[in-house]
Amino acid sequence: MLLLERRPVASPVMRWASPLLALLLTVVTGFFLFLAMGRDPLAGLKFFFVTPVSDVQGLAELGLKMAPLLLCAAGLTLCYRAKLWNIGAEGHFLMGALGASIMAVQLVDAQGPWVLPLVLLAGMAAAAAWAAIAAALKTHLNCNEILTTIMLNYIALNLLLYTVHGPLKDPYGFGFPQSVMFGDSALLPALVPGTRLHLGLAFGLLAALAVWALFARSFVGFQLNVVGEDPRAAAFAGFGARRLTWFAFLVAGALAGLAGASEVTGPIGQLVPQVSPGYGYTAIIVVFLGRMHALGIVAASALLALTFLGGEMLQIAMNLPKAVTGLFQGLLLFFLLTCDAFIHYRLRWRGPATAGVRSVAPAGEA
Amino acid sequence: MELLTNVLAATVVAGTPLLLVALGELVCERSGVLNLGQEGMMLMGAVAGFIAAQASGSLAVGVFAAILTGIAMSMLFALMAVTLAANQYAAGLALTIFGTGLSAFVGAGFVGHSIDGFGKLAIPLLSDLPVIGKVLFTQDLLVYLSLILFVSVLLFLSRTRGGLLLRAVGESPHAANANGLKVMTVRYLAVAFGGGMAGLAGAYLSLAYTPMWTEGMTAGRGWIALALVVFASWRPERVLLGAYLFGAASILHLVLQGLGWKSSTELLAMLPYVVTILMLVLLSWHPARTRLNTPLSLGQPYRPGR
Repeated sequence: MLLLERRPVASPVMRWASPLLALLLTVVTGFFLFLAMGRDPLAGLKFFFVTPVSDVQGLAELGLKMAPLLLCAAGLTLCYRAKLWNIGAEGHFLMGALGASIMAVQLVDAQGPWVLPLVLLAGMAAAAAWAAIAAALKTHLNCNEILTTIMLNYIALNLLLYTVHGPLKDPYGFGFPQSVMFGDSALLPALVPGTRLHLGLAFGLLAALAVWALFARSFVGFQLNVVGEDPRAAAFAGFGARRLTWFAFLVAGALAGLAGASEVTGPIGQLVPQVSPGYGYTAIIVVFLGRMHALGIVAASALLALTFLGGEMLQIAMNLPKAVTGLFQGLLLFFLLTCDAFIHYRLRWRGPATAGVRSVAPAGEA
Repeated sequence: MELLTNVLAATVVAGTPLLLVALGELVCERSGVLNLGQEGMMLMGAVAGFIAAQASGSLAVGVFAAILTGIAMSMLFALMAVTLAANQYAAGLALTIFGTGLSAFVGAGFVGHSIDGFGKLAIPLLSDLPVIGKVLFTQDLLVYLSLILFVSVLLFLSRTRGGLLLRAVGESPHAANANGLKVMTVRYLAVAFGGGMAGLAGAYLSLAYTPMWTEGMTAGRGWIALALVVFASWRPERVLLGAYLFGAASILHLVLQGLGWKSSTELLAMLPYVVTILMLVLLSWHPARTRLNTPLSLGQPYRPGR
């Protein structure tokens, strides 16, 4: 009979094969879903994965969606390495967009090279302050960070809606809930002329590089890893868990805030209610899929950026609901966690006589 | 008096979905399993209940479909978190993200449809009582069901052998196993109960509270319920109280508007979430007491033979 058996040592091959396997399973599931809906599966998969990125414009759009995912995921990587379950990237992102917009509206007539940095900094500061609330609740009041960050996401969304319906609403906007268009000095320059791709992607790649340097070369990165792997060992070594928590949350907040600020100063150019299609939540999948590694999250953010484009393409080409994006993302994460189980376990044929799960002294944590 | 009665009645209605999902999660957590997928299971329950009710023309079929969908979703979680001993946080988050995506996809064609939801059903004689009659005995069928379920869970946990087994598994799965209890089976059953209750809570939203389907209609109630269980220090009677307290917080903006109080809807809509954080803060004044009440093995995967 087929048995599930614990591996003596966690499999390093499976650790990196698991995301690829999960992607394969998701594509296969997608194939059968199209079949079940009576659509041509191959055409459907092509519309989802290939058509959106088959020209320069498409690739630029991919980079445009990658930027916020990469920035949010880079910050979350710090938190998750230290086993701080920060689900608040969505809220940080929204506060970044809000903070940047407030500054940009104040400076709508200002000109000069100092305007844009000020606007971006305002977004990062607002988001870092928002993340600091969760950090303080965690370190000083011992509140579970999952619950507080989720609640702060909903509060941030309502705060943004309030602002865009109220104080920041464009009086000449024909009643639409949106701010005035920002001045030219507050807009991010294009990265590739003639496309919508802006400097945000460069910020994202720099952030990934910084994450790599942090964990490969710095003591703080090492401390974050130890706190995550074994908090007791970290305590014995005298690593300040509080200080590290604050560091991870503030960086996560600032980076996600930069993502939000780049979104309003980049492709949108004003504050609107639908500033995020859930980038902050998708970034969680990016981090898990990218194995909490800099190079991994760059690749994963490209794939998940493609799910947004693919969903839009299927809506146009095959008249499917846009929610196919969320379905795809959910399937991917679900398959990933299932495949991840085989980092620590393996399947084995065994005669019925010796049936029963044999357990071997474990190495590492699931 | 009339206003107070109406507000209290609306509070019970708003608190019922929270009560349902939190009771399910409470039983699940008492067995040592923390399922963060409540929001996803609720959404799936809501959409499945709505579609089934619309297709069959029967609300009972809708409720049944919602419960079964919730259980099916929870089994996905159990497979990962109980059998494969995966990280319960990650598995629960995956379930929520998966459920959010799948429900939006399945329900895309049903947005904007509406059905006749559960109507109020006055219980004879009892409903004639002043205040109480209107608040507790002139409600829809699912409210009565939620109260019956509350009493059942309360008695099950404190008065039955099954409840004792469940708690034993949650406190110390290894000791329970040594005594011949089937830890995996107990945990599977507890997770399934949690899933069924979350599905039912979803059905309450899409079949009674606002009889229609909209994407993400649970609006974080699954997450609030998780906080509620912590706040209630894993005691059913406090879950009941907490659920109605949250119900009150979530309808406060309607009350204030009714009284002619001018404020932005968006700002008042923050209230339940702010209250949740405040509750968590309030709790941490007695961190020791919370730790005393937490099921000891909560969140830790059980691996036989270790």
